[in-house]
Amino acid sequence: MVTVLERDSDSDSDSELRRRAWDAAAGVVDPEIPVLTIADLGVLRDVVLDGDHVEVAITPTYSGCPAMNMIALEIEMALERAGFRQPKVRTVLSPAWTTDWMSEEGRRKLTAYGIAPPQAASSRRALFGEQAVTCPQCGSQKTELLSEFGSTSCKALWRCKTCREPFDYFKCH
Amino acid sequence: MPAANIQVSETPLVLYALRRADDALILGHRLSEWCGHAPMMEEDMALSNIALDLIGQARELYSYAAKAEGKDNDEDKLAYLRDVRQYRNLLLVEQPNGDFAQTLVRQFFYSAFTDLYWRAMMSSRDTTLAAIAAKSEKESAYHLRHASEWIIRLGDGTEESHARAQGAIDHLWAFTGEMFAVDDGERALVHAGIAVDPGTLRGRWLTTLSDVAGEATLTLPQNDWMQQGGRAGRHSEHLGHLLSELQSMQRTFPGQTW
Repeated sequence: MVTVLERDSDSDSDSELRRRAWDAAAGVVDPEIPVLTIADLGVLRDVVLDGDHVEVAITPTYSGCPAMNMIALEIEMALERAGFRQPKVRTVLSPAWTTDWMSEEGRRKLTAYGIAPPQAASSRRALFGEQAVTCPQCGSQKTELLSEFGSTSCKALWRCKTCREPFDYFKCH
Repeated sequence: MPAANIQVSETPLVLYALRRADDALILGHRLSEWCGHAPMMEEDMALSNIALDLIGQARELYSYAAKAEGKDNDEDKLAYLRDVRQYRNLLLVEQPNGDFAQTLVRQFFYSAFTDLYWRAMMSSRDTTLAAIAAKSEKESAYHLRHASEWIIRLGDGTEESHARAQGAIDHLWAFTGEMFAVDDGERALVHAGIAVDPGTLRGRWLTTLSDVAGEATLTLPQNDWMQQGGRAGRHSEHLGHLLSELQSMQRTFPGQTW
């Protein structure tokens, strides 16, 4: 059921409305990593309220990430469900998304899900920089890269030399 | 009736965005041809993922070109409804995949350039181009790392892989000069702080190539004769065949959407 949002000037200030819109949008999950919300990922950038209309700004993790269209659709539906009429989603490129935008909560959730979170401040510029990635299964640091690219555009494929499990690693950008 | 070609008013800025968009789209399409055919699963995913990044960059650049033009065109029309002579990409990116070595050498030449190019473009006075650059720079750095590792693996691998990698370098070398060329329209954009002069990047590009080639026991050609034409719409035979596949749906069913 869709409840259309009634604006009551006594109780619903703009900031309250904006917070409700933000919360609705922030709950949308990444379709390819469903344990992470777009707020955890840092993909959700801004929520702007103009009267009763709401516009949400999101930023892509990778230029060609096919999940972006899906995320935009889910945001619109989440806002509709929260009572906002004709919500809009726009894509912003600047400032560019980096893995630093991911929240600590997001990193914890990723590890628990079996995906190694991006390394902070790794030397991605170094052409052959050595990275130490911790196995999300057993916590060992004896791991090796299997493939620079993995199951989605944001991941690489690694293997743990201790527990022998292969695992996804959220690429560092 | 097949969809007709669109006309594009190529102001210097429109043309500038269009050229970079065409580079990314055509190379992205070439890489997508490997999908399901790469020599191993990991590389199948790698080449498809790089293709995705490039096509994503192309979309941003086409959208910006359409906006800068301010007419009825959009990213889809620019990609699907221009003919060979209207395409402005580098000859390098339209060259066929050949074997795996040729694909990786082409990628190596291109990524070694775009890694420097996009980083420099992050200081463009054009805020949209600077934003696209900030995104693309990170992706290019990753693509370069992937390609470099393969150049070393192939060059310093077996006699067969070495010969193929060296053959690919010798074959594609003449297509690299175009990356550093600037015409009058672009020179004006360089002076306005919108574009970077790619000639200033050539020294560092060569250093990257020499470092990797050295480790790969490969040799960079000494000849400096360079083939040009892509930026002005004069292409090799290969591009028409590529476009006939890339555009077939929109040409057959104009305006078709998913």
